[in-house]
Amino acid sequence: MLTITDLHATVGGGDNPKPILKGLTLHVPAGEIHAIMGPNGAGKSTLSNVLGGKPGYEVTGGSVEFRGQDLLALDPHERAAAGLFLGFQYPVEIPGVSNVQFLREALNSQRKARGEEPLSGGEFLKLAKEKAALLKMDMDMLKRQVNVGFSGGEKKRAEMVQMGILDPAFAVLDETDSGLDIDALRIVGAGINSIMRAPDKAVLLITHYQRLLDVVKPDKVSILADGRIVETGGPELALRLEAEGYDSVMA
Amino acid sequence: MTTATLPTRRDEAWRYADMDGVARLGVAALDQWQLIDVAAGDSVTRCMVVGSDAPELHRFRVTLGEGARAAFFVTNRGANYTRVEIEVRLAKGAHFEFGGVTIGGGSATREFVTQVVHAEPEATSNQTIRAVHWNTGIGNFLGEIKVARHAQKTDAAQDFKGLLLEAGASANAVPQLEIFADDVKCAHGATVGALDEGARFYMMARGLDPAAAQRLLVQAFIGDAFVSLDDEAEREALLDTALSALEGAQL
Repeated sequence: MLTITDLHATVGGGDNPKPILKGLTLHVPAGEIHAIMGPNGAGKSTLSNVLGGKPGYEVTGGSVEFRGQDLLALDPHERAAAGLFLGFQYPVEIPGVSNVQFLREALNSQRKARGEEPLSGGEFLKLAKEKAALLKMDMDMLKRQVNVGFSGGEKKRAEMVQMGILDPAFAVLDETDSGLDIDALRIVGAGINSIMRAPDKAVLLITHYQRLLDVVKPDKVSILADGRIVETGGPELALRLEAEGYDSVMA
Repeated sequence: MTTATLPTRRDEAWRYADMDGVARLGVAALDQWQLIDVAAGDSVTRCMVVGSDAPELHRFRVTLGEGARAAFFVTNRGANYTRVEIEVRLAKGAHFEFGGVTIGGGSATREFVTQVVHAEPEATSNQTIRAVHWNTGIGNFLGEIKVARHAQKTDAAQDFKGLLLEAGASANAVPQLEIFADDVKCAHGATVGALDEGARFYMMARGLDPAAAQRLLVQAFIGDAFVSLDDEAEREALLDTALSALEGAQL
């Protein structure tokens, strides 16, 4: 579903761009939940930002194929319509826009790009209620302004509700577990399982900790260090990292 | 009173005006004041959309009796010089509310000029102005607040925010406070900035195309000006006409 080949990317424009990704290769087939772990500064967030198409990052080499398309040739909104969901480490607050309006417009914009009929207000609210309930989020929260006044945990939960409503084929989740307490972590983990655990879907789960992986149970775990994937294994690799640390596992 | 000559830019209230537009309006237009007297305890609300292909000048003199209330909500979307002037005199305990939006590209100047005279104690006023411009469009707010010597417990506020969608557009804010009483509250604020790129990327990552993301962000930005308008249909109409000015803008 997603094939990254020898990807090189820099961050920061001007005369002094900084190389972050240095030949990253990774394949995630449909049906797989693939966890990426790695020390600070390895390039985990850069990877997710490059996949999402965030301005400020430049791809200097390599390719990314997503469902048969050249992902890097698409604008961010076209990537979303093609089925990619980018979960934000720090979801953005948008004062003056309600979650309901934001998500309805986003979903209908995606549907339009795919040549599908837009959902009516009633149809959308039904879908939103169902997905909010799945993540135990109060419908009143969805009527509030996007992420404004939400705690760290509420923002991540709202991200998962967004993912449920938009129903992507592939999710890149960047440290979705940061800022979550144990209960919220379980809810978010269960949300990932119920929304994305399917034979025709896949997830790239970027995380620092084993805790989320206890709930989500990845099929594969890769270690990202200094801009490359240095090791790929099964769930036991994450357990070894947790027990021994990056230095000893990568040595 | 007859205005014998046209004003010049030396006149404080005309310093950012489009003088060619003023000349085309002519001396006769300057004498056209609409007089609104609101009797003690009464309330008046005016909602207006102003602006066309020709210069426009709308001048109001509002006199508020004891405990009276006047509210003006204006969308100023002229494709030529468009000026709205409101002079208000408040008696004891009166309230003046003003919400204004200037929006547009091209090279036109759109402006609000208010003079709010707190002539007696315990009157309140609140002004919220938003300016959204592109190309070489200009939005101005000149807001004068005068508090008479005995007008204790006056509470006056004005808030201006400008959003420039392109380099070349401009916004000017001139708050002027003249306070002779010693027990008053007068708040004023003015900021000018560009669209929040983080919010724009967040929206695009959820599938909104660039035009839809921009429209939603502009809607959120100008919404503040009309929040105190209770009539939902009127509020929607003012917002929609403002946002329709964005359509066809080459940004």
